[in-house]
Amino acid sequence: MKDFKRISVRRMSKRFGEKTAVDDFSIEFGKEEFVTFLGPSGCGKSTALNCITGLIPITSGEIFIDDECIDDSKTSVPPEKREFGMVFQNYALFPHLTVKENIAFGLKLRKLPRSEVDKRVGDALKMVHLEGYASKFPSQMSGGEQQRVAIARCIVLEPRLLLLDEPLSNLDAKLRVELRYELKALHERLKVTTIYVTHDQTEALALSDRIVVLKLGKIQQIGSPQVIFSDPANPFVADFVGYKNAWKGKIESLKEEGSSLSVKVRTAGILIESRVSYSEGDPRRKDLVEAFKTGKSVTTAIRPEDIVSGSQPGCNVFRCVADLVEYQGHANQISACIQGCEDERVDLRSVSQVGFGQFFEASVDPSKVLLFALPQTAQANSKGKAT
Amino acid sequence: MKGSSKNGVLLLLIPAVVFIFLLFVYPFCYGLYTSLTKADGTFTFANYIRFFTTPREIRTIWVTLGIAVPVTLLAVGLAVPLSYYMRRGIKGEKIISFFLIVPVTLGTVLVSEGMLTFMGPNGWLNQLLMALHLVQKPVQFTHNYAGVAISVGLQGFPYAFLMLLGYVSGINPDLEKASQMLGANKWQTFWKILFPLMVPGIAISFCLNFVMAFSVYPSAVLLGQPSGPQRVIALAAYQMAFEKFNFNAASAISMIMAAIELVVIAVVLAWRNKMYKGASIVGKG
Repeated sequence: MKDFKRISVRRMSKRFGEKTAVDDFSIEFGKEEFVTFLGPSGCGKSTALNCITGLIPITSGEIFIDDECIDDSKTSVPPEKREFGMVFQNYALFPHLTVKENIAFGLKLRKLPRSEVDKRVGDALKMVHLEGYASKFPSQMSGGEQQRVAIARCIVLEPRLLLLDEPLSNLDAKLRVELRYELKALHERLKVTTIYVTHDQTEALALSDRIVVLKLGKIQQIGSPQVIFSDPANPFVADFVGYKNAWKGKIESLKEEGSSLSVKVRTAGILIESRVSYSEGDPRRKDLVEAFKTGKSVTTAIRPEDIVSGSQPGCNVFRCVADLVEYQGHANQISACIQGCEDERVDLRSVSQVGFGQFFEASVDPSKVLLFALPQTAQANSKGKAT
Repeated sequence: MKGSSKNGVLLLLIPAVVFIFLLFVYPFCYGLYTSLTKADGTFTFANYIRFFTTPREIRTIWVTLGIAVPVTLLAVGLAVPLSYYMRRGIKGEKIISFFLIVPVTLGTVLVSEGMLTFMGPNGWLNQLLMALHLVQKPVQFTHNYAGVAISVGLQGFPYAFLMLLGYVSGINPDLEKASQMLGANKWQTFWKILFPLMVPGIAISFCLNFVMAFSVYPSAVLLGQPSGPQRVIALAAYQMAFEKFNFNAASAISMIMAAIELVVIAVVLAWRNKMYKGASIVGKG
């Protein structure tokens, strides 16, 4: 493997006719880093991945490995010469070759001596716990086993960059968790630079050093799992990582207190207090102050886990009526209507029993209520960033 | 309850079984019986012995193989790269498919008749070739080997192509990507991944094409010299049955035809099993 320090993607875009699948995508990957592209289906995460491999030619932008330009949208190093490895959602094992032949495929193309090929295939099989499977065909194996072969087929070549495109999405829930642990362990051990694509926030949080959240081909936020989870950059990211309660409203009062803002919002038929710690210079703070002055709409973002049933002192309290209760083992997932405002719903978790149609009080700490200024329209937002 | 519904499903097989029996099993057995008897119904090998001791009859096997094997190889050989090229769909695919299917739908006789004038000494093809100064005098395309071969090929190629296109476009496109990511170029990907996965399709389309070409009759009569160099085995059987009115000998000839076809199919399937020892699925993951 040729050594390197970083891989940089600079202003990469991909257009299919009128449609922009990847828009002005810039990121640097440090060696040994595990980065996840997270987003809903159709957000361009897989396209971005394929663009980095070279399997999809890019429309504009550049990709560098240290100082070596591997793609500048006019000339590009073909995928087979980039020394990247890729794992696919549907495994993409060669059905006419045995497990051993699948793993040896890349090594044989590199014209390595037979003894070396055998040794490295054996090591790779051991690493994914598939000793004894060498002479099986893919069709004789389970999905989890097939995906392990696919991973072994890549790592045996010691790629500079390993790309995984929703590798666990075709597996059942139990296997998915098992293989996720193994992927993590494998990365700890081999330290191969990895890009992982998923729509599953649990996978992203569990595996990544950094997460890139994407929407409609545009990067929404790049940050560590902790930052993405607790400090989302905008309503979209917040919604995607589980801040289910998004109520639109208008700011009634706003006080700046050092690194935090104290805001009262008229929303969902009630007055909600929020204390957000957006430091000075944070665009979210600037937008909220702006929204307060011009009277533009804002939206809340509250996790269901942060809303507790019952009235708590110093908290926002609202009365609601439960109209959907799901038992989930450790807690009940409740969806309720806020009294006095039939349009807005509240999602919360409760350990105590709440019956269908029952009135109850729920409360949330002001520091758990995130606030975002709403963009005028989604379109104005994307145009503003592109220019 | 479960048992009766199972039986009900099996009953649905009856029409197919009756159909196969009436149209295939019975005629085949009757033909085999006829070929092994004299006109008066006594058992004999004479019909076979006569065929294999008459040079003029034996020759029909080589004549027919001489047309069927190269033409089928060529048709399948052209269909492989073309179907590979069109596997993800190309512009004008519908028009190309249309022109490929037309000769099949029109039938051998009409196409052969058309070719007789189109490729004749004063036909458009020769006029075009002479106008372009590619040839000095008309090229002989009809009443010879070339005429029969072109006609048979034109009939067979669309089958081979459409069948292989279905096969190639059914191969998971991620397999090509995976191969490329592992360091294979387009050529290596084709030979190491796509071609082996196409082998079952190639084998089947070769078999079907070969059987069609081996029983060539109208093309040989219309575009060849049926009394001489292009006296194919089907013609020999026809003449035996309807010119010499020896149905027993004619049956023997058709049995020999079937045997040769089975031998060729067996060879092709053996090749397929050697090439494609792996899974029974076509790369659907």
